[in-house]
Amino acid sequence: MPKTVSFTLNGRPVSLTVDPERTLLWVLRTDLELTGPKFGCGIGQCGACTVLLDNQAVRSCSVPVQILDGRTVVTIEGLARGDELHPVQKAFMEHDALQCGYCTPGMILTACAFLHRNSTPTRNEVIEAMDANLCRCGAHTRIIDAILDAASAMKGAAAS
Amino acid sequence: MNSSPASPARDDLMRPPSRREFLARMGAGVLIWVALRAELPAAESESAVKSTYRPELPKDFNAFLSIGEDGRVTCFTGKIEMGQGPITSLPQMLADELDVPLDQVDIVMGDTELCPYDQGTWGSLTTRAFGPHWRAAAAEARAVLVELGAAALGVPAAQLVTRDGRVVDSRAPERSVTYGALTKGKRIERHLEVKPDLKKPSEFKIVGKPLRRRDSLEKVTGKARFTGDLRLPGMLYAKVLRPPAHGARLLHADTSAARALPGVTVVELPDLVAVLHPLPDQAEAALDKVKSRFAPSDSKLDDRNIYDHLASYPLPERVTSQSGDLAAGRQEAVRHLDAVYLNAYVAHAAMEPHTALAEVGATTATVWASTQNPFGAREEIAKALGLPILSVRVITPFVGGGFGGKSANAQAVEAARLAKATGRPVQVMWSREEEFFNDTFRPAAVVTVQAGLDASGRMVYWNFEDRFGGDRGSDLLYDVADHRISAVGDFWGPREAHPFAVGAWRAPGCNTNAFARESHVSRLAELAGADPVEFRLRHLTDPRARRVLQAAAKAWGWTPAIGRSGRGLGVAIGKDSGTYVATIAEVSVDPASGQVRVKRLLCAQEMGLVINPEGAKMQMEGCITMGLGYALTEEIRFKAGVIEDTNFDSYTLPRFSWLPKIETVILDAENDPPQGGGEPAIIVMGAVLANAIYDACGARLLELPMTPERVKKALESAKSV
Repeated sequence: MPKTVSFTLNGRPVSLTVDPERTLLWVLRTDLELTGPKFGCGIGQCGACTVLLDNQAVRSCSVPVQILDGRTVVTIEGLARGDELHPVQKAFMEHDALQCGYCTPGMILTACAFLHRNSTPTRNEVIEAMDANLCRCGAHTRIIDAILDAASAMKGAAAS
Repeated sequence: MNSSPASPARDDLMRPPSRREFLARMGAGVLIWVALRAELPAAESESAVKSTYRPELPKDFNAFLSIGEDGRVTCFTGKIEMGQGPITSLPQMLADELDVPLDQVDIVMGDTELCPYDQGTWGSLTTRAFGPHWRAAAAEARAVLVELGAAALGVPAAQLVTRDGRVVDSRAPERSVTYGALTKGKRIERHLEVKPDLKKPSEFKIVGKPLRRRDSLEKVTGKARFTGDLRLPGMLYAKVLRPPAHGARLLHADTSAARALPGVTVVELPDLVAVLHPLPDQAEAALDKVKSRFAPSDSKLDDRNIYDHLASYPLPERVTSQSGDLAAGRQEAVRHLDAVYLNAYVAHAAMEPHTALAEVGATTATVWASTQNPFGAREEIAKALGLPILSVRVITPFVGGGFGGKSANAQAVEAARLAKATGRPVQVMWSREEEFFNDTFRPAAVVTVQAGLDASGRMVYWNFEDRFGGDRGSDLLYDVADHRISAVGDFWGPREAHPFAVGAWRAPGCNTNAFARESHVSRLAELAGADPVEFRLRHLTDPRARRVLQAAAKAWGWTPAIGRSGRGLGVAIGKDSGTYVATIAEVSVDPASGQVRVKRLLCAQEMGLVINPEGAKMQMEGCITMGLGYALTEEIRFKAGVIEDTNFDSYTLPRFSWLPKIETVILDAENDPPQGGGEPAIIVMGAVLANAIYDACGARLLELPMTPERVKKALESAKSV
């Protein structure tokens, strides 16, 4: 039975009538035309589909849309402010912290949620926070360096 | 800067331009056509389907690059971008030869209509085999521009230089003309007949400098389009009915419940049953409603008995290298060491599953596919649809990882057949479970090595047989007068020797062979009472191999030790794709759990001229990280045709927490031609870790992956000796 679900998506209100059991991943990728979140495994094991739900990183392949009512979703498309990239996005570029780029949206959003909780992480804390996200190309060391750099940049920006 | 591989805007997507339209659209400018003369031998092809199509060298359209009236340079290549970085390194080469700023170079990749024929993106060939043609095209274009400049400026060509997209009078530098102005209103086409003068490395301004990836902005903002991100009006998503096991035969499929669901289309062909829906998740839900019965697979093979099966599988052996007299070498030896090395089937597991979107008309078809060989896919699709090859166009958007697995194009054929059957555009994206079921796995393999030392501790014979790993990378490297190297089967099969499909996996053959050779050599070093680095150098005369090993040892701070040192250090060397690699690793082993922790890993590489040092380092790091997987955890478990590892919950890929401290060293060799970089650093990962594990705890692992259980078992048997 279709149901109307209303939430904030990348800063804009969205209301759609869908089967409430459908997963956020496929609703984003089809109905809402946001293809940044990627399908990787379908069982929440790889992190390619990660989006922010009220600033928490969630695996959109495992989130039914019915729980979204009144909540806030951010996908990789909604992370930059206009042309101004998020510090984590910038740091990924500066460090070449990607190869094929398929896991990248999920990596960046997982890192954003983590830095939201912990703005002064150690290297080991970054590793722990990212450990459930898979990258097959092996960009791992660069991803860690990028996140640590982004943390410093964000701290600097907050201080100034 | 427009640097996407063929990733047109949505409007363009609906009707990509034809070659004729495209040529017309290119309008005025300089077009350089280059014929690819050096076709690769078929043996180097890693395509899952052997091509029968051998095109004549295209004479009508083989432009590598054009320079438009706006001065922008557009280059065309049948290579694809799957993360390995040619989207950056190929324009980098062009910009240098042509003297244009890099941001003035656009690249179109992997479109069979617009780009010259290409065998496929594999074998670390893009830079080393393709690069010289590519640079030649640029050098020819520069020569044309200088000629035009001579006329425009009224000075002899010899007096002109090129700089920053301009032809400049060297005697009066204020007199110059832009490339765009020179090509305005003209249409100049050149076929490259002779090899033009290429720049010398000392003249490079851009090549050899570290460059950031050109595709990263698109990839960090979610704008990069992979095949699964493309939409066409009226398209359907298809889910294909798969058997529960390899070798299981469909007896009956009842699709009535699926058909009854709103929006569902069912296609039932003798060898292809699929459920389609305008939404992908609904198509998947509908597939669950299909009731099917299969006759079970009659395969008796599983991941334990597979090695006996492969060891005795009847196929003739082929000798790939032989010298001296093995029997004489045996006679001379005072110590002998025989061993059998095993490795499991391994999945490619690219993060992007195989995906394709097909639009099929009465006489033409266009298919967007995640593929490493768009031209091979075109041939497969044409055959399946009964269309002439040239009536099919394959376009390759960004590819989300390949590693050899996307040289198989079954998903593209499925999408095309289903589009034909339904008359609608159809997208096929395999689920992770389909990906693990349909993969062309790296083959399980059995390598037998017999070798011996004379009284002075020198290797005097070497008998090496690879069964089913592939002969690539089985070269001895060391000087042993009496040796024989042979192979049975290859990395691609034959198919009937295996319970499922196998194929090229990053540096096919090499991982298997380096594991056996380098494990064996370190064991012989111990038998000879020699340090493993010194023992290797004692047997190496190839100056490149010596140099890379010495560089690795120096950068590491290697101090020699004889026998098991307890430090947990291992060394291994190898050669692939023209590149030499030497790696040293330090591990610790928890004897209670058998868990291996890689603490530090240093890889030195000699790869000739390096186009983009940053990209080369990135490939080395990627190889090292990926290599941790096949060395330590990755294996496909199976029984009677059923694949038991079907997702990332049980098939374990390397993770952040496994990372050692990684150091990369690239040796200076700018006057040698560029060699491959996408594969070499992975080939020694099994061996270097096996040697380090032994050095740490005395457990000698002869089977990959070296899981905690196997390490514990090897420790126990080491203790009981």
